[in-house]
Amino acid sequence: MRRWVIPVQCLEAALASASSPTLRRGLSVVGHGIREQPRWFALAVLGSAIYGVMTVATATVIGKVVRETVGPAIKARQVSAGQLWQAGFLLSAVVLVNVVGIVVRRIAAGITFNNLAALYRRRVTRQYLRLPLSWHHRHPSGQLLSNANADVEATWQVFQPLPMALGVIVMLLVAAVQMFVVDPVLAAIGMLVFPMLFVANLAFQRRMSPLVTRSQQLRADVSEVAHESFEAALVVKSMGREDHEAARFTHVANRLKDANVEVGRTRGLFDPAIEGIPTLGTLAVLAVGTARVASGDLTAAEVVQIAYLFSLLSFPVRALGWVLAELPRTVVGWERVDAVLQAKGGMQYGDRRLVRDGASRVQSDNVSYSYDVSREDGTVTKTSPAVRSVTIDVSAGGTTALVGPTGSGKSTLASLVLRLIDPDSGVVRLDGIDLREVVRGGVPEVGSLVAQQTFLFDDTVRGNVALGVDTDDEHVWQALRIAQADGFVAALPDGLETRVGERGASLSGGQRQRIALARAVIRNPQLLVLDDATSAVDPSVEQAILASLRESSLGTTVLVVAYRMATIASADDVVYMENGRVVDHGTHEQLLHRCAGYARLVTAYAREAAQRAAVLADEDRLDAQGASA
Amino acid sequence: MSPSTRSRASKDASGIESSHHLGTWATLRRGLELSPELRKGIGVTVSLALISTVGRVVVPFVVQQTTDRGIMARSGPDIGLVLQLVLLAACGVVLTAVTSYFVNIRLFRASESGLATLRIKAFRHIHDLSMLTQNTERRGSLVSRVTSDVDTISMFVQFGGLMLIVSLGQLTLATVMMVIYSPILAAVVWICFVPLFLLIRRFQGIVGRAFTLVRERVGELLGAVSESVVGAATIRAYGVEDRTAARIDTAIENHRRASVSAQIKAVAAFTSGQLVSGLTTAIIVVVGTVLAVHGQLSLGELLAFLFLVQLFTQPVQTATEILNEMQNAVAGWRRVIAVIDTPADVADPAELGRSLPRGPITVVFDGVGFAYPGGEPVLHDIDLEIAPRSRVAIVGETGSGKSTLAKLLTRLMDPTVGTVEIDGVNLRDVRFSSLRSRVVLVPQEGFLFDATLLDNIRFGKPVATEDDVRLTLTELGLDDWLGGLPQGLWTQVGQRGESLSAGERQLVALARAYLADPDLLVLDEATSAVDPATEVRVQRALDSLSRGRTSITIAHRLSTAEAADEVIVVDRGRIVERGPHHELEDAGGVYSGLHASWVAQQHGF
Repeated sequence: MRRWVIPVQCLEAALASASSPTLRRGLSVVGHGIREQPRWFALAVLGSAIYGVMTVATATVIGKVVRETVGPAIKARQVSAGQLWQAGFLLSAVVLVNVVGIVVRRIAAGITFNNLAALYRRRVTRQYLRLPLSWHHRHPSGQLLSNANADVEATWQVFQPLPMALGVIVMLLVAAVQMFVVDPVLAAIGMLVFPMLFVANLAFQRRMSPLVTRSQQLRADVSEVAHESFEAALVVKSMGREDHEAARFTHVANRLKDANVEVGRTRGLFDPAIEGIPTLGTLAVLAVGTARVASGDLTAAEVVQIAYLFSLLSFPVRALGWVLAELPRTVVGWERVDAVLQAKGGMQYGDRRLVRDGASRVQSDNVSYSYDVSREDGTVTKTSPAVRSVTIDVSAGGTTALVGPTGSGKSTLASLVLRLIDPDSGVVRLDGIDLREVVRGGVPEVGSLVAQQTFLFDDTVRGNVALGVDTDDEHVWQALRIAQADGFVAALPDGLETRVGERGASLSGGQRQRIALARAVIRNPQLLVLDDATSAVDPSVEQAILASLRESSLGTTVLVVAYRMATIASADDVVYMENGRVVDHGTHEQLLHRCAGYARLVTAYAREAAQRAAVLADEDRLDAQGASA
Repeated sequence: MSPSTRSRASKDASGIESSHHLGTWATLRRGLELSPELRKGIGVTVSLALISTVGRVVVPFVVQQTTDRGIMARSGPDIGLVLQLVLLAACGVVLTAVTSYFVNIRLFRASESGLATLRIKAFRHIHDLSMLTQNTERRGSLVSRVTSDVDTISMFVQFGGLMLIVSLGQLTLATVMMVIYSPILAAVVWICFVPLFLLIRRFQGIVGRAFTLVRERVGELLGAVSESVVGAATIRAYGVEDRTAARIDTAIENHRRASVSAQIKAVAAFTSGQLVSGLTTAIIVVVGTVLAVHGQLSLGELLAFLFLVQLFTQPVQTATEILNEMQNAVAGWRRVIAVIDTPADVADPAELGRSLPRGPITVVFDGVGFAYPGGEPVLHDIDLEIAPRSRVAIVGETGSGKSTLAKLLTRLMDPTVGTVEIDGVNLRDVRFSSLRSRVVLVPQEGFLFDATLLDNIRFGKPVATEDDVRLTLTELGLDDWLGGLPQGLWTQVGQRGESLSAGERQLVALARAYLADPDLLVLDEATSAVDPATEVRVQRALDSLSRGRTSITIAHRLSTAEAADEVIVVDRGRIVERGPHHELEDAGGVYSGLHASWVAQQHGF
């Protein structure tokens, strides 16, 4: 009985470690991964099992060849070629099968890992596309890049060493059976090594988990600072703040360094222990084995066989350590990836369709909206409402100008009307249908927005204009012509096929805006929202665009955010906003007459010019007086 | 600027080389040069590592001796000897563990410090690159050069590099011992391995190229993901989620394929080592038996030799594995080095440059011409003198070259011919620290950081207090606007300032530049999204406050031109008219046309 006490205690310790959160959750993540890629994983394990069996077989075959061929040959001082060929063939066969096992294991493990990484990158980026803009406002771009790249990789990296570790377990089982057949006592002593490894690992994971969590967070921070800083490159340069930015980056990079050194310190302690414990086991087997040979319980050959098996196992056994050492990263990576995958609040869609039979009527009923921003401590807070209880009614086919001082909520309203964001309260309707009841993709089908700051994809001119609409060159050129972009596009080296670079970096601001306008024009929208989108084009171009849309078979309702008097005056209706509220609406003439704020805003340039003219006239008069005096 | 030249510029500009043609060893050398921490104290680390290796080799050797001479002894098991040897081996194990621990710690510290240095150098250098060079690269891809590319190196420098040295040591040790046992068999082992070594060399190139491709694919992947994040609003507005998803999927799939292919090549390289090791054992058994039969070897010696073969093949296998890892690291290293070694063509003269005293600034363009790399000239023969304290408006059609002029003026780019001078000194000779404090550009899209309004405004002058910032906003006539924000200066502006409107972001950028208090303020369409009343108010404030300061404004809205001391009209890369507004207004030139159109815009049709 007595000799089972220690193994039982160790087993308990092992079970305790199995209930440690990291191990349990790590194994559950591994389970997820296996369910996603069962075939490749099974193949990798099969390869690994072949490797495990063959590694032990190599020892057995060498022993057999030495015992049955080499030994007798040397004793007899003669050997036949046939015997030698047979021995050589047997050994080579074992080696070949083993190598096949290794190749299968490694390639299949690599494919498992890469497939899982690709699968989760797709899932994570699907979430980025699905989640609402408000979610994006709360999450730094750099962090999202890190989630899709470093965190996905950290989660599934464990699948690279995992099959090998499973193969090692097969190896251990085969070896254990052999050892127990030879001598249970010696085998039991040797097997004590494994509970010891488990205990060491338990201690390791306890210490490691928080360190890895920190390191992975800091990794995201580094990515975040780099991303923001590179986006801000022009501002940094033009204000000479390179040193300041470098200091900011140095700070996070050094924190990551310190965290990684901490991780290294723990690993640095763990790795030699994992390496040393099996060797000590081998030595124990030798010492005890010798005693048992002396007492006549065992033959020398049997001890040597067990000792050799042990020394053979001591290196592969480390693969178990690699897997266990990888688990904290797996868990942390998974938590960060899962936070994105579980993020709720994607836009809900209904099943109603918007009829494409003519210009749309746009109504907003008591609509309010506040932006989400994340604070430095990571909590999310709302800004003061950008739009407050706004009710507008834009009749079908008309042009409505949205006017108001900077920051009065015009762009927010424009985003609400095309359901880029959902109101916190109130309803937006297109042709009487609540936008939230419209099918997915239904709103962009009838409405187009040309935003204040144009975003171009790193794609060709054609790709940027058509943007998924199935169309021919002729239509693309027509849209470019209306937006007065045909001239410069024709002069591009590859015409429509010219790539515009990231965010259209190879084009000027005015050129980007025209491409964005063409993008809207080609869709022939029932509702067109121009958010101060024509500032870089001539008013005549603007009028040409609007005219061409009106002439189209279906007609278009236009909501235009503008400061330009010509644009405003030609609108059928003007909505004037201040501080998120609609202050007044009516025709330009009416508002000019009765709304002081509006009049002040739209006549600002004219008044300024008049004032200057008056000052000039005064100066002239004074000059004239001075001259006559 | 002409569109065709712009886009060609993006292709031909002196961008960051994506496939830097540095060889493996050159890359490693340059890498070590850039991160001196990696070499610091390496002597001690290598010594410790060699001790731990001796420990590692001694243990199996002692085990072999124990079985051979202790347990299998002719006179029966020699318990005393066995215990002695086991104790010796146990000491070896402990010695190995302790030295390994110190080696690990030293390596982790050295490699993490070295990599942090590399990251920081690359980051800093990206900011030092000229605007044109920066624009040739996707931002996401730039990010990968200071994040995942550096991470790729870490595995190798933490462990691999040293293991390579240790493996060589072990290889030498094993060879020496093999020669002592049997020179013939030792020669056989080497003959078996020579083809492998040649093969490994070939594989290195193949594996290296495969990993380089993987690193490029990672850059593309990050670029594609970044598009889905930064372009979130446009994607939703046009309902192109599926199309964007397809583009991202392509990048993900390309990356996956490149990774799998690299891994298969690496596995081929690794298993060829495994295969040769196994076959060598078989050959040694056969040849050894023949030798033993002819009396040149005892059975014990043959068994001991087989054991030495294991000691020899194990480091070979480790080394092939590490060489693969090294190729991966080199691929990442190359991309980081490529960035650091890309010359900053608009460079800071630093100590060699001049520092100019503060005060009113004079700007002179002398025969300036500019062409984007590989493109047609977009500015020709610009001769221009801007008097100190003057307010100048630069006007012209889109693409006439106005913005290029502004970028030359602020030395974001250098002219292709001619010189730009401030206070009689060539801009190229002015220290950046001096230049950037005296000349500030406010671009059309001034980037905001995810921080408070306060921090964004004092970005250029962090020592400014809250009161300084408030005063700035008051002076610019922006009190009302600030008053409308419930959290005032403590308003969080969100990612890229996106919780503010585009016009508000421009006001912040303007306040930021104004607070930095330059002697020359260049506004490039800096108020294009601001409402007219605010724009007029801000412009008036700037005019009255900027007495003593030179200001140059590029604007579509000609209200600025009306108020300027002088208007400079640019057309197709040339200055065609200049003079005060009232002189040019009715002169019948380009300006008259522009102004008539502007007036029409202000009065409707």
